[in-house]
Amino acid sequence: MIESHLPAYIALTFVLFSVLIPVFGLWRSELSQPIAVLGSGIAAAFSIYGFINYLSEGSIRYFFGGWEPPIGIEFVYDGLSGFFVLVINVVAFFVLIHSHHIAKREFPGKEMPYYALAMLMMLGFNGMILTGDLFNLYVFLEIASLSGYALIAIGEKQAPYAAFRYLIIGTAGGTLYLLGVGFLYTVTGTLNIIDMTAMLPMLYESNAVFAALILMIVGIGVKAALFPMHGWLPDSYTYSSSTSAALIAPIGTKVAAYILFRIILWLFGIEITDAIAPLSYIVGVLACIGILYGSIMAIAQTEMKRMLAYSSVSQIGYIIMGLSLANPWGFAGALLHVLNHAIMKACLFMISGQLRYKEGHSDISRFDDSFRKKYPWTMASFTIAAISMIGLPPLAGFFSKWYLVLGTIDNSNWLFLGVILVSSLLNAVYFFRVLEKVYMMNPDKGQKEASDAKRNEPSASMLWPTGILALSLIVIGFANAVIVGILLNIFPL
Amino acid sequence: MDLSFVPLLAILVSLVAVVPIMLSSAKPNLREFWTILAGVIKFGLVLLLLPVALQGDSVELHLVDLAPGIPLALKADPLGVYFAIIASGLWIFTSFYSIGYVRGAGEKKQTRYFASFAVCLSATIGIAFSANLITFLLFYEMLTVATYPLVIHNEKKEAINAGRKYLAFTLTAGLLLVAASALVYHYTGTLDFTPGGVFTDVELPHTAMLLLFILFLGAVGVKAGIMPIHGWLPAAMAAPTPVSALLHAVAVVKSGVFAITRVVGYVFGVDVMGDYGLNDILIVLAGFTIIVASLIAFNQDNLKRRLAYSTVGHLSYIVLGVALLTPIGMTGGIMHIAAHATMKITLFFCAGAIYVNLHRTEISNLDGIAKVMPWTMGAFAVGSMGLAGIPPINGFFSKWNLALGSLEGDMIIPVIILVISGILNVGYFFPILYRAYFKPGKGLEKYGEASPLMVVPIVITATLSLLFGLFPNLFFNFFDLAVDISASLFNTGSP
Repeated sequence: MIESHLPAYIALTFVLFSVLIPVFGLWRSELSQPIAVLGSGIAAAFSIYGFINYLSEGSIRYFFGGWEPPIGIEFVYDGLSGFFVLVINVVAFFVLIHSHHIAKREFPGKEMPYYALAMLMMLGFNGMILTGDLFNLYVFLEIASLSGYALIAIGEKQAPYAAFRYLIIGTAGGTLYLLGVGFLYTVTGTLNIIDMTAMLPMLYESNAVFAALILMIVGIGVKAALFPMHGWLPDSYTYSSSTSAALIAPIGTKVAAYILFRIILWLFGIEITDAIAPLSYIVGVLACIGILYGSIMAIAQTEMKRMLAYSSVSQIGYIIMGLSLANPWGFAGALLHVLNHAIMKACLFMISGQLRYKEGHSDISRFDDSFRKKYPWTMASFTIAAISMIGLPPLAGFFSKWYLVLGTIDNSNWLFLGVILVSSLLNAVYFFRVLEKVYMMNPDKGQKEASDAKRNEPSASMLWPTGILALSLIVIGFANAVIVGILLNIFPL
Repeated sequence: MDLSFVPLLAILVSLVAVVPIMLSSAKPNLREFWTILAGVIKFGLVLLLLPVALQGDSVELHLVDLAPGIPLALKADPLGVYFAIIASGLWIFTSFYSIGYVRGAGEKKQTRYFASFAVCLSATIGIAFSANLITFLLFYEMLTVATYPLVIHNEKKEAINAGRKYLAFTLTAGLLLVAASALVYHYTGTLDFTPGGVFTDVELPHTAMLLLFILFLGAVGVKAGIMPIHGWLPAAMAAPTPVSALLHAVAVVKSGVFAITRVVGYVFGVDVMGDYGLNDILIVLAGFTIIVASLIAFNQDNLKRRLAYSTVGHLSYIVLGVALLTPIGMTGGIMHIAAHATMKITLFFCAGAIYVNLHRTEISNLDGIAKVMPWTMGAFAVGSMGLAGIPPINGFFSKWNLALGSLEGDMIIPVIILVISGILNVGYFFPILYRAYFKPGKGLEKYGEASPLMVVPIVITATLSLLFGLFPNLFFNFFDLAVDISASLFNTGSP
């Protein structure tokens, strides 16, 4: 039966391909990328199949080697993990297709190690999501982080510094998480999430549990770039190669957000989380500050990748704010935003990669209206993704905002409501600024290049992934009722 | 005959037309043919819905669910059909006029212009036929985005700044609408436009209701040009004149007042409005806007800006009519949607014809032009006197109903405001006519009338203004329609 082994297959696919790539890559370096695409494609297919299977058959608990927990390790494929795995694997598949030319341009000759590391990182991400064991989660987190540091270090001259900074902060975060797990282990005697969930209500208002919770939130908050622990993110995304940024930005912080969902809503439950101090509200306020801070900083940037990086700080805030609301609408809005933002950010980072590939830079202040002629399809995709980021209906981005707004109202949380509205306006500022540059002649310079600029679109392997992702934003917009219907069923309370 | 898909088709026809318009950008005549064709088809489709509307019925269509329990739904009810007829009918004239204008003025990027125009009309008809707040919001934002390229059309610094201002106002408004809709959904569990309102079974604290209404007012008041949130409208006059004519005198701003009618009549309901005293806010704001906008209009030497402030004032006539919460006042307000549309579009057309023909934009330069542009200025005279409320032009008729409506509600101040505003209207329009007709002009010898593509639409819209004034029911039984709509909003409580 393939269904019962699905959780393992998804992770093992990446293990297999992280070995296959060096094997074939040493023979023919140019094979690395197609093999990586194949691997992530298979994993994406498993994820899609798995999620469909989940919808009809329900969750799967997979015990490795038949050893039942607490002795053995288990993978849990339930609605939440299935959804996240689906999102990250499908998005990664598109990004890896897109990476073909960029890899050749930005790090020639390093394709083999690069794609092998990418597979390892995906293994780490998938493992973090699927595992049912808190310590095992830490192991996967380190796999993902270490390969992630390496991927980020491949890039511009400053990239190694950015990666090193991320390494220091990220390791600290990972260690805090591990410390929290240690606390929990001492009071419960188990590392299995399902076991522990059953025990924690007996430890209501325990100080050890409270300390563990804070340590875990802070530790994972670093990985999720929750304000004020976001410091590593802008440099990492800006200086790493376009492909790394496009691969890590849409999914890296999402996986960390997944852990927060798992910890706060499943493992502890919102009541224990808020038993001693209103932690969920504090997390929500931090998310709000991050939303505003990220948006304002994004406005101040002229480099497109850096702008998108700050925008990521802001958008992850939406997701965590939805989590902190701990009601069905907020939850649905946050998870829908996981999907939307993964697609939007992948699309936008890929476009910044395309521009770097063709123009040699992605400096917004040097954009002009010749782009409209040179890259009509790229810019059309950008426009769709940007409008979705701003949150105008009927694009996907509007609907995640709509559910988040409903969530804040259900909690009578007017502060958060105000933050969502203000931040949408700030989004509009930094995206319309780019659109203005691209679609209008510069009134100070007068019309110069636009009329005689020739079409100069990048090749199909770049255009199609961005185009498909952009179009999917429209599809998701109209299909969001179905998705949200599923998501509301996943909500644990 | 099954009409249920007609509203959808009426919306889509101009959206689909964007494709052939873009593809035939190298052949201007073919491209403009598509615009005209889409306009005629759209108008025809809307007219198909008229008999149903005249019976007081609606055509409904539920498409996909946009959110759990909230469908993307269209409903062509009498008010929607009324608005759709005005917008789609005037689009045909504007299209002909646009051809004359953009070619006469040698505008760049004409394809983008006609394509955006088509999208705007789709959005406007969508607004007219929205059955619930989410659908409405979708088209409302679509209108915002589609109008933007038209506002910044000439891509000069002034236009780009106007575009930014426009987006700042309208996007903020859109966000307020998101919040307001979400609150309505939270309190009532529905977002459908219901005659009599959705709050009939819901008791809310007074402050909550008040804040909700203010949110709505901010959301739809921007496009309706209510002071002090009207600032984008005069700035948006940087757009080409046909845009100002159709969008900033008819489609966009009327979507705003249309939305106010929806909010007052179909979200809050007249009873709730009265019980919570919400209409008082609206009356005060509208009265203030009418007077102040008219006073500012005096000060404008630029013809289009004077017309813009006049628009701000006249939009508030409609708001006032709705806010009176009396059947006759409501009728007057709804009538004024049509009346102001035909008259103001005439005036903007005239301003555009003068600009293309004589390259003059300032009122102080208009001396003696009636001699060279007799048809244009004749139409201008009809439109401006109509706006001032002089019978028998149609502005008088709606104003008369507004005055009756306020007396019906035992209110005297609105009547005084209407009278003062009428005088002010005469005050700011008469100098233009005086200069054009009675002052000797200079340097006009070599000029004649503008191109027939422009003059014919001008004369037609002016004639329409006159005919509607004399026979309100001549076309489409417009007066009856307005009366029926207004009646449907007031008889919801009693069996």
